[in-house]
Amino acid sequence: MTETLTNPVLTLLRLIPGVETLSDGMQVLLSGFLAGVILFAFIAVFALYAVYLERKVAGHVQDRLGPMEVGWHGLLQTIADAIKLLNKEDFAPKDVDTKLFTLAPFLVFMTALSVFVVFPYDSQVSIANLNIGIFYVIAISSIAVPAVIMAGWSSNNKWSLFGAMRSAAQIVSYEIPVGLSIICVIMVVGHMGMQEIVEFQGGGFWKWVIFRSFPFNFIAFFIFFLGSLAEVNRTPFDLPEAESELVAGFMTEYSGMRWAFFFLAEYGNMLAVGLVGAALFLGGWQPPFEFLSFVPGWLWFILKALVLIFVQIWLRWTLPRLRVDQLMYVCWKVLVPFAFVCIIGVGLWEVLT
Amino acid sequence: MLLNYLNVLIFLVVGCLLVGFTLLLSRILHPRSESDQKFISYECGEEPVGNAWIRFNFRFYLIALIFIIFDIEVVFLFPWAIVYKKLGMFAFIEMMVFIAILLVGFAYAWVKGDLEWVKSYFTDRGQETVLEQPED
Repeated sequence: MTETLTNPVLTLLRLIPGVETLSDGMQVLLSGFLAGVILFAFIAVFALYAVYLERKVAGHVQDRLGPMEVGWHGLLQTIADAIKLLNKEDFAPKDVDTKLFTLAPFLVFMTALSVFVVFPYDSQVSIANLNIGIFYVIAISSIAVPAVIMAGWSSNNKWSLFGAMRSAAQIVSYEIPVGLSIICVIMVVGHMGMQEIVEFQGGGFWKWVIFRSFPFNFIAFFIFFLGSLAEVNRTPFDLPEAESELVAGFMTEYSGMRWAFFFLAEYGNMLAVGLVGAALFLGGWQPPFEFLSFVPGWLWFILKALVLIFVQIWLRWTLPRLRVDQLMYVCWKVLVPFAFVCIIGVGLWEVLT
Repeated sequence: MLLNYLNVLIFLVVGCLLVGFTLLLSRILHPRSESDQKFISYECGEEPVGNAWIRFNFRFYLIALIFIIFDIEVVFLFPWAIVYKKLGMFAFIEMMVFIAILLVGFAYAWVKGDLEWVKSYFTDRGQETVLEQPED
């Protein structure tokens, strides 16, 4: 039980009288249940306000106000949207493969949700501190590919099929540069656990991985950021749901709450790649200066992730969409060779010093 | 450590249940309209032409093949990245040889033009002719 003592949910649970008397297995079961509920609510609320942020940023980038009507400066707009979505009819057209069609939103949302288990939210605080941490994140996030193909294929719709195939090709291609840039981090740290990676970066911002083995990890961070943009289907890599040519990509036939889960998963993934980037390259919960350590660690972690998410949104409203051949060019002929150079550079740096 | 994985499993099951619960809630709340039209697949308002399970561009298979080779390589790199500092120069050089062999394959795919979406062929006169037009 010593390992699970670091689980914050379990400590929270033990505050309730009577829980202590339950067996260990029961306590783990309850804490897992509670963690699931808390993170589900957290991602739902985050997604709602990320949509709000996106619309506000879009508005101000385009010199208009964005949502203003519902609540103060439109703060309740996305909640109204969520209630509307809950009241929309969701049905399957008669030509779809019903089993796969129903299963796909579950799988897509589960992959988005399950990576949040291993993140180091604060010193000693993560729901499951796996020693393969970041490897688990890469492995789980790959399940999104079959889920997207299931959604596209089962819809029996030409737009869905094209969107799904493009999406799958894009996600698998960009997994390579992302994986290689993550290896650059692991080579410096020598450990795959997320907590260990963050603990390694303590003591000022110049100790963060992004500034190690300069400039190789700096380049690796940019490769990671571009690759993660493509993996979560954000502009300029949003070809799978290019609305001007493919309607809504693999989500074309979905409606109501099932569609909303694809949407939630997209914003959940945005947060996830923001958090991974913050934890691997920007020091996670470590403050940039020692004297700033009175600010709680989770706040630093969320702030760093929010900065990355803001850049993602900013790029969406600034850049046009790439063409599909340009997409493959960027991945295979620019990012992959640069990632290999980074690995060799980091390796030489670490071996020789 | 195993308890941590149990935690992950419970977390996944709970997440799945919550998705199911929300879908059920929506099913209870949402209205139903009795129209035949809504069950037709969406094709910009037209009657759908033919089956949607059509053939797609074989480029996707090539991308998948190249991906598999590189993904396996990445899997091999992970354990090496953790221990190579302890093993020193020898392990570093050995992995560089491994990467070099893979890069030869990568260079081959590059020269053959398989990394390009629209594969083009140069004729003897030096004019570029595009033989395949991708459907997508």
